[in-house]
Amino acid sequence: MAVWYGSPLKRAVTFHIPLALLVGATLFPFYWMVITSIRPDVELYSVKMNPFFTLHPTLTHFYYLFELTMFPRWAWNTLFIATVSTGISLFCGLLAGYALARLKFRWAPPLGTMIFITYLVPPTLLFIPLGDVVKTFGLGDTPWAVILTYPTFLIPFCTWLLMGYFKTIPREIEECARIDGASRIQAMVRISFPLAVPGILSAGIFAFTLSWNEFLYALVFLSSPQQKTIPIGVFTELVRGDVFYWGPLMAGALLGSIPVALVYSFFVEHYVTALTGAVKG
Amino acid sequence: MAERASPAASAVPVSVVVAVPEARRPGRLGRLLEREHVLAGVLLAPALMILAVFIAYPFVLGIWLAVSDKVVGRPGAFVGLENFRVNLNDTIFLRAFQNTFVYTFIATFFKLVLGMLAALLLNHHFRFKRIVRASMLLPWIVPTVLSTLAWQWMFDATFSVFNWVLLNVGVISTRILWLGDGTLAMGCLILVNVWRGMPFFAITLLAGLQTVNPDLHEAAEIDGANAWQRFWRVTLPLIKPIMLVVVLFSMIATFADFQLIYVLTRGGPYSSTHVFGTYAYEIAMRAAKLGQGASISLSLFPFLLVVIVFQLWYIRRSD
Repeated sequence: MAVWYGSPLKRAVTFHIPLALLVGATLFPFYWMVITSIRPDVELYSVKMNPFFTLHPTLTHFYYLFELTMFPRWAWNTLFIATVSTGISLFCGLLAGYALARLKFRWAPPLGTMIFITYLVPPTLLFIPLGDVVKTFGLGDTPWAVILTYPTFLIPFCTWLLMGYFKTIPREIEECARIDGASRIQAMVRISFPLAVPGILSAGIFAFTLSWNEFLYALVFLSSPQQKTIPIGVFTELVRGDVFYWGPLMAGALLGSIPVALVYSFFVEHYVTALTGAVKG
Repeated sequence: MAERASPAASAVPVSVVVAVPEARRPGRLGRLLEREHVLAGVLLAPALMILAVFIAYPFVLGIWLAVSDKVVGRPGAFVGLENFRVNLNDTIFLRAFQNTFVYTFIATFFKLVLGMLAALLLNHHFRFKRIVRASMLLPWIVPTVLSTLAWQWMFDATFSVFNWVLLNVGVISTRILWLGDGTLAMGCLILVNVWRGMPFFAITLLAGLQTVNPDLHEAAEIDGANAWQRFWRVTLPLIKPIMLVVVLFSMIATFADFQLIYVLTRGGPYSSTHVFGTYAYEIAMRAAKLGQGASISLSLFPFLLVVIVFQLWYIRRSD
């Protein structure tokens, strides 16, 4: 940590002003979402009026979103899809991560590398053939199309993160339990898994936000309005032809952002650990 | 790097008293699972099955599609490298190729520089530090599509807030069409990408900075090094490993980006801002030419491979 010497003026120029600019630039688009979502249309579509505030805040756009679009349905879909795909990925990732970190077998190192590689494979590379696979299984336009494909990027991530986590838990704890007569599986389920709860939580939060935010697979695999997730629904159903419904669009963007922002703010410390942990590999 | 894992490590009590139920005589299955390689196979099966069906198989299928003339609704036939020949004679593809590299390198450069600046600022003690740090990450947390929509509205041809400010301050006299010109639109895309990705750099680099021992800085200062020299000669070499990993991760993500560009410009105006991802989508989903589309998204692969191999090599070396 740097210690400050020098005058308040120097500190303002080298620290406070840059920090204020940084925070301002970071948060401005969110301010813009909020202000747009509560300004009435007459003000939104006026080139004269000051766009930075409103004297006539309104909830019309939110009303439109809830009454005239399927937004509540999209919110439910997003929650359902994110929860189930996170659950599946955590289950698979926990078991795989444990095996790769703790068990001695010949294939551990190459499998670990392979899972790391799949983590780096972007959806852009696979979405066309994956669409074919989804269609073959008859999953097209159902929540399962994305619930089963999101784990392709969530499992490698969870595995990698939990693998790192298991390596921080001393092996001796399990060995003690083994000496006391616990079987291999009992030692794993009753000793190591409970100790890994913070890691599981980090992986879960991260996986949840990743699937909440996913766009490409949902865009390609889900087509009917009642199946869409929030990112897809807001993007495709609130733009008719060339007409953008900016009020409801921003209201939807705001409401779609709040859950992940909340989840994240409650667990920010976990999140940062997960992030840096994941990067460290 | 060992101390870096402290949040995780400190969560683990060193001595635990665990009640282990009385050992029962294991059954046949139980005995089998006592063998580590059998247990490993069982534990890895669910993950490997999903990855095989939804990554390995589609990957192979993608290669097949790329060398076929498959269109939606009828089976394709093998056409060799025809699709790639078509791509190389397609000016939009070549433009997308170029755009992908421009987008990736310029955006990553700015994310690194600004992220480093942000990390250095956040590495000071100040009031509201926790709130500032938490809010800094917001652009990276919220769904990209939704925040990009906000940017699209800020770049609106008629109601752009930037134009409103510039017009009222008197800097410009006619509105700027932010997304109406290929080069300018590319600049806007890079700006939004930097805005979205910079927090990731800032927070990870901050974590790196916090591992730097302050004594080293003091020692360098006593030896007469100024702030810049201390940063360049002490801090930077120490956080180079984490920096490199972030840069590589970010490069892969930026190179394969789809949503930000698709939402903001849809590859327009006049197909001038397509990247591999958006153009593959355009051809495969809009024009229904699955084979051609697959060949475009497969064109990502060589670059991806280079970065992945480099990253693996680097991780292995630093282990």
